[in-house]
Amino acid sequence: MGLLSKKDAKLITDPLADNNPITIQVLGICSALAITAQLKASIVMSLSVLFVMGVGNVVISLIRNIIPSKIRIIVQLTVVAALVIIVDQVLKAYAYSLSKELSVFIGLIITNCIIMGRFEAFALANGPWRSFLDGIGNALGYAVILVIVGFFRELLGSGTLLGIKVLGDPIEKTGLYALGYENNGFMLLSPMALIVVGIIIWVQRSRNKDLIED
Amino acid sequence: MSNKTDSNVYTVLFAIGMVIVVGALLAFTASSLKPTITKNKELEKQQNILYAMGVNENDETSANFVSTDVAPELFNKYITKQLVIQGGEVSEDNEAYLMDIKKEKAQAKGDASKRRLPLFIGEKDGKTYYIAPIRGKGLWDAVWAYIALDKNMVIQGAYFDHKGETPGLGANIKERYFMDDFIGEHLLDSNGNFKGVAITKSNADPTNQDKTDNEVDAIAGATITGDGVAAMIKGDLALYVPYFKNLNN
Repeated sequence: MGLLSKKDAKLITDPLADNNPITIQVLGICSALAITAQLKASIVMSLSVLFVMGVGNVVISLIRNIIPSKIRIIVQLTVVAALVIIVDQVLKAYAYSLSKELSVFIGLIITNCIIMGRFEAFALANGPWRSFLDGIGNALGYAVILVIVGFFRELLGSGTLLGIKVLGDPIEKTGLYALGYENNGFMLLSPMALIVVGIIIWVQRSRNKDLIED
Repeated sequence: MSNKTDSNVYTVLFAIGMVIVVGALLAFTASSLKPTITKNKELEKQQNILYAMGVNENDETSANFVSTDVAPELFNKYITKQLVIQGGEVSEDNEAYLMDIKKEKAQAKGDASKRRLPLFIGEKDGKTYYIAPIRGKGLWDAVWAYIALDKNMVIQGAYFDHKGETPGLGANIKERYFMDDFIGEHLLDSNGNFKGVAITKSNADPTNQDKTDNEVDAIAGATITGDGVAAMIKGDLALYVPYFKNLNN
């Protein structure tokens, strides 16, 4: 990372592990539970959030000195909503099939608390470049957890990864299924996502005791 | 700085300014992109209708439409007639595929005789397909479908879509493994009465061998979406029964 100073690089690397938005800051849990039944959906959501976080943090940071503090949350919400709607419209016009794929995520991005959380906690107090890095860093931290959860939920719940049957065919009884293995339908339901996130938090905190609060 | 931005007057002015700027921006984007978006939606309808009658570019596992470049041409080639059925009257309308089923439903206010029903007749390899667009409710938002039937109301092809079902669960109604289960299913029971297709769990037929049981296998974790799809088929396709009865007499 010769391009970035040490302090700036930390903005990207911290959220990936020791200051992860999902497991440490506990932001963005709702979408992590809702859309991780498949790996593909997790990846698409991660990329969408990456884009909105990067751009949104810069916009908020640029106007941070003129935002009236009393209505700052509303201003932030308006910026996210406007950004997301414009992107949605442009995709509908020029990349229609992609926009069909993203349809349901559009609404989920606006309500994603990571975005509002980082606007409020970081972009309002820092310059555009650092805010951009913070946005990208947190979106990547979010993506890491989403992909891990999506990976296990799809693998154990459906026996597939990105729609490819990696464990054999459950109906034809080939591969692992020939040995009597069964998919765990529970994994497809949101409560199991919470348990998977919980396990990640547990593993992370037992490896780094500094993260444990009293 | 902080004093200035804390005053009520500034706050109100900022709010007004923001609304004007954001509103103008959104209005500009929406109106300048509208023609392209409308065009895309029309092409999508053509692709959906063609998909239902088996004109698509499916590979082994995934559902693929014919490309938008050739959709209008193929649509003209395969769809021989577009009909609108209203209270037993059948008329031709070459723009029937543009009809908005949501609006038609709202206008009819539940009165089946007032409802205008579009039906597309397609010919492929000497076979005639009757394709009906239907619409209903899933878990979160609208679900809709194009169902291709033969003259005995046996499903020949189905394309499902949705506005906001949960990715990985209800959203899987537009996956091949679900849509393809409908092919060959009978809508009528053995006595010729309309029964629809139920979406059931534990029907002891997960590979869907029995095509006359009026049942297909449900998607795990998507019970309400599945029920919505079944209700949509039962509700909307039943309206076409008189047309098919006439056809066979």
